Amino acid sequence: MTRAEITRLVTGDREADGVVPATGFSALMVGFSSAAMAFLAVAAICLGLAAARLADRWSTEFAHAATVRISGPSAELDARVSAALELLEATPGIVSARALTEGEQRALLTPWLGEGIPFDALPVPRLIEVIESAAGPDRDSLRQRLAGEVPGAIYDDHSRWRRPLLRAAGGMQMLAVVAVTLVVLLMAVMVMLAARSSLAANQSVILTLRLIGAGDAFIMRAFVRRFTLRALAGGLAGTVLALIVLFALPGAGREDAFITGLTPTGWGWLMMPLVPFTAAFAAFWSTRWATRYALRQVL
Amino acid sequence: MISFQKAGFSYGIGPILEGIDLSLAPGSFHFLTGPSGSGKTTFLKLCYLALRPSEGRMLAFGAPVEELDREGITRARRRIGIVHQDCQFLDHLTLVENVGLPLRVLGRPEESYVDDLADLLSWVGLEERGEALPPELSGGERQRAALARAVIGSPDLVLADEPTGNLDWEMGQRILRLLIELNRLGKTILVATHDLNLIRAAKSQVEARVLRISRGRILTAGAAL
Ligand SMILES: Nc1ncnc2c1ncn2[C@@H]1O[C@H](COP(=O)(O)OP(=O)(O)OP(=O)(O)O)[C@@H](O)[C@H]1O
Ligand SMILES: [Mg+2]
Repeated sequence: MTRAEITRLVTGDREADGVVPATGFSALMVGFSSAAMAFLAVAAICLGLAAARLADRWSTEFAHAATVRISGPSAELDARVSAALELLEATPGIVSARALTEGEQRALLTPWLGEGIPFDALPVPRLIEVIESAAGPDRDSLRQRLAGEVPGAIYDDHSRWRRPLLRAAGGMQMLAVVAVTLVVLLMAVMVMLAARSSLAANQSVILTLRLIGAGDAFIMRAFVRRFTLRALAGGLAGTVLALIVLFALPGAGREDAFITGLTPTGWGWLMMPLVPFTAAFAAFWSTRWATRYALRQVL
Repeated sequence: MISFQKAGFSYGIGPILEGIDLSLAPGSFHFLTGPSGSGKTTFLKLCYLALRPSEGRMLAFGAPVEELDREGITRARRRIGIVHQDCQFLDHLTLVENVGLPLRVLGRPEESYVDDLADLLSWVGLEERGEALPPELSGGERQRAALARAVIGSPDLVLADEPTGNLDWEMGQRILRLLIELNRLGKTILVATHDLNLIRAAKSQVEARVLRISRGRILTAGAAL
């Protein structure tokens, strides 16, 4: 398409506008299908982005954290903790190791055991918080040495419970990518079908225009502009509506929400305007194509 | 304007028209008559290039039609005003808008032809009905509006398919006078009709040639009709 065509599409063409009937079922369908598909596309994109954020958080937040759990008779615990600390600090691949204070341990357990628990009477293991370097220590030999030098010490790098979660998050992300792709494709197809059926309903308009001397370009312009703008308006409405619904969902926007809410953040916002424009783009090309096809039916 | 040499046409089954050898000279006035289903509308469609002859040659404004591309057809159509048998308006546009449509599709701004529009509407006696939608008009009003739309672009050739079909005798005479007036202004006119009384009435006012379709052939009718 030429630059002049684009300019006319945006600024409008007083002569061509209005030659195409604005009302009717099929005309409504273009706007409605574009709005509905935009709604679904925005929902799918936001779910996908939320899954990505979730996976990201799980993989970074716990990636370099580990704990050493030390149990045994309470009289020996302090000695075992300092032995373990000493050993850890001497191990390459460990950035820092710090024993949790009694207050911190208590805070960790209170939600599970309730207030007013006689802590000293319980055989509570002591915890050491370990930060690994990016490469990490040689965990197998570290475990062996710990077992030899500090009885009752267990090194836990969280991988056991983290791995299935990461797999789940990765799967969710894949699912979201597939869903977004399908929804966007479906949106394009729906808008195309609606535009084509609307055009078919307008075949007599095309014939009449042709017979009174309208050129192909004029007829094409009239239809393409009408349908593109209608799809764009529908797409905008669907996008805005979807965002409103997502913002209204409980938990959205709360920092500690399970998946930090479904509303887009940062780069995610940039994807939102793409949705109505994809609908408009689909309408533009399908109308162009269908108008050309319809014109070929008449001389 | 338009001429045929040994031209024929068929929708695919049997031939509708064959061996057409005639030309519409500039400024001439023709009637085309024949029984219903004989091919009058088909012949007009050939003339306004909605159909192409399936055999023989046809020239439109000097150009062989088989050489005209879509742009060429568009240009030729702008020199032809058509009054369709079923009128063919855009039902969502008002009467004025419909009548102005041939100029609008040329990209002419409405201000440049509002006066012509008003003159034309009063010429066909529809100055009061300008804001009506086509479905709200009577058959006769629609046919007069169709004539107005056919001539607003000042075409060289006016093709009218049963332009008086829905009209009483008085209104039919009025349309006929409008067509004769156009012919005096130099336009070439071709009117398809099965109304022999209309043809007789016209022959007293204008020098008109009468063509008759008989079994697929177009013949020139004698003085007796
Ligand atoms: N699109 C078409 N496809 C096939 N046959 C057609 C088509 N249009 C017309 N015909 C046939 O061609 C013949 C001529 O039709 P046409 O409309 O030209 O007749 P007409 O002389 O204008 O008749 P009327 O006086 O009733 O308007 C008819 O037998 C008609 O059935
Ligand atoms: Mg007919």
